[in-house]
Amino acid sequence: MKIDQPKYKASDAVDFVIVGSGAAGGTLAKELSTNGFSVVVLEQGPYIHQSDFSHDEIKVLQEDQLTNHPKLQPNTFRKTPQDRAKPQRALVYGRAVGGTSNHFTANFWRFHEIDFKERSKIGAVAGSTLTDWPITYADLEPYYTKVEWQVGVSGLAGASPFDPPRSKPYPMPPLPVKASGIIFERAARKLGWNPFPAPMAILSQPRAGRSACVNCGFCLGFGCEVGAKSSSLASMIPLAERSGKCEIRPNSYVHKIEVDERGRATGAVYFDEKKNVHLQKAKAVILSANGAETPRLLLLSASRRFPDGLANSSGYVGKNLMFNTAAVSVGVFREQTNDYKGYAVSRVLHDFYELDAQKVGFYGGGGMDARFDMTPIGFGIGGLPPGSPRWGTDFKAALAHNWTRTFEIFGHGTSLPVENNSFSVDPDVKDAWGLPALRLTYKDHPDDLKLAHWLADRSMELLDAANAKEKWTFPIDEQQFGVHLLGTCRMGDDPKTSVINSDHQTHDVKNLFLCDGSSLVTSGRGQPTMTIMALAFRAADRIMALAKRGELA
Amino acid sequence: MITELDRRKFLSHSIAALGATWTATHWPAVVLAAEHAHHAALFPENQKWEFFTPEEAKEVEALASCIIPSDGSPGAREAGVVYFIDRALLTFAVDDQKTYRQGLPEIQKRLHELFPEASLFSAATSEQQETVLASLDEKEAKNAPRRPRGNFRPNPAAQPLFEVLRIHTIAGFLIDPEADRKGNRGGVGWALIGREPVHSFQPPFSAIDKVYPGWQPAASVAAAKDADQK
Repeated sequence: MKIDQPKYKASDAVDFVIVGSGAAGGTLAKELSTNGFSVVVLEQGPYIHQSDFSHDEIKVLQEDQLTNHPKLQPNTFRKTPQDRAKPQRALVYGRAVGGTSNHFTANFWRFHEIDFKERSKIGAVAGSTLTDWPITYADLEPYYTKVEWQVGVSGLAGASPFDPPRSKPYPMPPLPVKASGIIFERAARKLGWNPFPAPMAILSQPRAGRSACVNCGFCLGFGCEVGAKSSSLASMIPLAERSGKCEIRPNSYVHKIEVDERGRATGAVYFDEKKNVHLQKAKAVILSANGAETPRLLLLSASRRFPDGLANSSGYVGKNLMFNTAAVSVGVFREQTNDYKGYAVSRVLHDFYELDAQKVGFYGGGGMDARFDMTPIGFGIGGLPPGSPRWGTDFKAALAHNWTRTFEIFGHGTSLPVENNSFSVDPDVKDAWGLPALRLTYKDHPDDLKLAHWLADRSMELLDAANAKEKWTFPIDEQQFGVHLLGTCRMGDDPKTSVINSDHQTHDVKNLFLCDGSSLVTSGRGQPTMTIMALAFRAADRIMALAKRGELA
Repeated sequence: MITELDRRKFLSHSIAALGATWTATHWPAVVLAAEHAHHAALFPENQKWEFFTPEEAKEVEALASCIIPSDGSPGAREAGVVYFIDRALLTFAVDDQKTYRQGLPEIQKRLHELFPEASLFSAATSEQQETVLASLDEKEAKNAPRRPRGNFRPNPAAQPLFEVLRIHTIAGFLIDPEADRKGNRGGVGWALIGREPVHSFQPPFSAIDKVYPGWQPAASVAAAKDADQK
């Protein structure tokens, strides 16, 4: 259904211009517009409606239908600031209305209490800028509940003994269990661990005019053609549009935030589809462009008044990047699991959420899930065990045997914030619009790599207990590529060591707000989107309170 | 008017009618009785190619057929992989045009080095073809598994055309048959791996979840076990 949206003139100052329409931008747009504020959302990607989503792996994964384009938007990578960066793809993010929430796996774990105050509990970690959040789990709890009920999360409250306190149960029961989940559950219990039904941002029942999951088997990497996956596109954007106060403007690539002589943001400068430049005026500006593009936009907005980039008096814009640690092990089983049917994850465990650094010899923690998130071509190219034939009769036989008998154990964990790990702008390489390209600098903290190996060892133990016929772990290398883009404009009370305050307001520009993965202070245990959405709901409340008190004028 | 749903239903019914079991039991007979005629129908003389010359197409088809052979069940040939690659080289794989144009004569050269008496790769015996392919696939490339995320990039350790061709063959064999890319004709690739050709499923998904009693908290599982033992 096409809903008539308002069309705002670029020259008329709206209440808010929001850059980005993903998990954070979509949520903020819905909250602000349904509360009567006029909003323009500038999204660099196209508006792809759910009826146009496809299971064509070439179109979606190879041609980047939903994601950033490596040719138009090249990246560079280096390990340390001393190195010269080389062109290579450094990240994938959603580049369409709905952002990365269109194609995510939809694992929706809340952060636990420890994630907000870990520094106080464990003390300083050498080589890391680990610090506490200025807010606690209790501050965010009502907003996690809001996400579960308004965005749509399926799960079973009280099923995990490690769950943090919650004020309400889930609005829907867990999705139907998969064979991978059952095998995982039985093996984990043999080992004395505590598996539980995965909380997923996918509807197990029809809700709010959206369909329940139809178990199509194309989830990670793909948009949901029935709107069961609780992306911003399926859940928040329609409500924003229906408010009559919000215009979603796709194909609008923002490259500068305009600031007046008083140091106040006045709007966002963007290229339209034809590369014409416009300034959308606004009374306040919110950046929800993701943990790479938000800092890049601030750096691109450097001016005489803000020579090191907008809102960067701390020097922390783009820094302390965290990707989350990941370790993926794979098992092939004797019996058919048919895990290609359905969404990805049906069972999770959190027994290792807080590891004892004294015992394991490193800082960190994580969760594990059982999943099959491969699609046929990806499986054919990279899903067979090491040493398998690569072509010919035996290759074909292995494909035929393994597709219905394979699933993964995915260990997700902490990344420590390291000041040098960052997104910045490359001095040489330019994108197709002539703007400096994103440059990634990243070298895992040694504890993160130790954690990845430790999690992989637990996964292999679990696959043993599950009596897998074959098992292996994908190589654990230093990360040079990320999809979780966290911590690059961190929240904090001290303007010297953070970019935004706990209201998401930049310390330096009073009517400029940042809310997305860049706001996170710690990385959690690998599932950031739910927290990004909860922060967005909370940020909307804080920003509206400031607006009502006249503090944004 | 045929809606998308009708099309999907039609496809799913028609492919299900020729399901994996039927194909597996009947394919050898089909091959024996009608391979030549079948091949001619799949590969008509007057085929208009978008990128390849007819001669190149014939070589690419023979190469793809070595990667996923028609050995008792449909392979790359029946899935129409060469048509998929022909289209690919004008769409998502434009950058690989040169790899094919320069690589095909090199493969031909390798064939002559190893088997001076052979004429074309497509006309060589299957043993000769396999020997040539094995010489192109670098040993260190031996299936290093990698998490299939993002782009399908070639493994740099293998001969460029061989590795690109390997990836394109797999893609052309396993692409969603409903995608407009000329691959996985008749859904034979999905039938081989056992992926049912539909886009929605209802539980139970397997014999394992069919008999699962439902989630129980660990404490009650332990209590039930205790009761069993007493």
